[in-house]
Amino acid sequence: MSAYWLTLRALGVQFGILSLLAFGGANAVIPEIHRQSVAVHHWMTDKDFAALFAIAQSAPGPNFLISTLVGWKAAGIPGALIATAAMCAPSCLLTFWAVKAWDRYRDHPWRAAIGAGIAPVTVGLVFSSAYVLVRAADSSWRLAVVTTATAAVVYFTKLDPLWCLAAAAALGLTGIFGTP
Amino acid sequence: MIALQGFGGVLPFARRALVEQRTWLTPDDFNETLSLCQSLPGPNIVNLSITVGARACGWRGSVAAVAGLVGAPVVVVIALGVLYGRFGGLELVQRAIIGLAAGAAGLVIATAARMAEPLLRRRALTAAPFILAAFVAVGIFRLPLPYVLLVLAPLSIAIMWKRAS
Repeated sequence: MSAYWLTLRALGVQFGILSLLAFGGANAVIPEIHRQSVAVHHWMTDKDFAALFAIAQSAPGPNFLISTLVGWKAAGIPGALIATAAMCAPSCLLTFWAVKAWDRYRDHPWRAAIGAGIAPVTVGLVFSSAYVLVRAADSSWRLAVVTTATAAVVYFTKLDPLWCLAAAAALGLTGIFGTP
Repeated sequence: MIALQGFGGVLPFARRALVEQRTWLTPDDFNETLSLCQSLPGPNIVNLSITVGARACGWRGSVAAVAGLVGAPVVVVIALGVLYGRFGGLELVQRAIIGLAAGAAGLVIATAARMAEPLLRRRALTAAPFILAAFVAVGIFRLPLPYVLLVLAPLSIAIMWKRAS
């Protein structure tokens, strides 16, 4: 098999597994996507990852779009489609099956225990994602200020996060953060 | 249609469309369905559309709902990726992306904090150790996610199970 096919296969396998681990959605598996695409497969640098994540966040749509962009970066448009399909299909099948079971056993106590048990682990994983992204994106104290300010505004106010992203990009345009 | 309105998260828009405009779900149905979707892996919003689609018209409903949700955003983001590939080298684009990336990281911090807040308020004793353990293992030590989940999730579920019974 050529290197290209191997890359496509790796994308399919990787995101297929992540799909079933993504409790709480794509935000919980950012560290694993980062580890795989930067350290294991060398599809991109740390900086590329931060840039792609930023693009995915500012695009309309669900936040698993980071997998689409990682697939695109690794293997072009076929890669993007395979990564997206692999990220969706396994968890979709599981959900489809689980809905039927759920409707049958809706009041069983194990259901609540599973939900309540997974929740804090998911929160820890989303904090991990934040940490990985901060390390990749904030190469100077000025950028760290932008990150902190965005986090504070989004957490404490009801302002649309898109305004914060637009402001951060506009600040970047002025050149006060320099260029890489 | 819902999907394209959803910058940085589609959930509030989905709720408005499903509960308020189409009345396919009551508010209680919506919350219950969402909590099911949140305890399954995969993007919540995709799981939600599977569930709504499946209840409406079986597997065909699910396929239609997911395709409707995912199709357009995927095309848009690939287009953005291609543009970035072509113009990403320009200095102005790079400057904007650097700022954008810092902002996006802040967004994820806020998301994590919002998720943590109710858990820590209601049951800090059983939640905090697992939040911290997952953060240290995956965030700081960069351990592979499958192993971390395999250890932490059953432990946390077992504790909640004990509490309940």
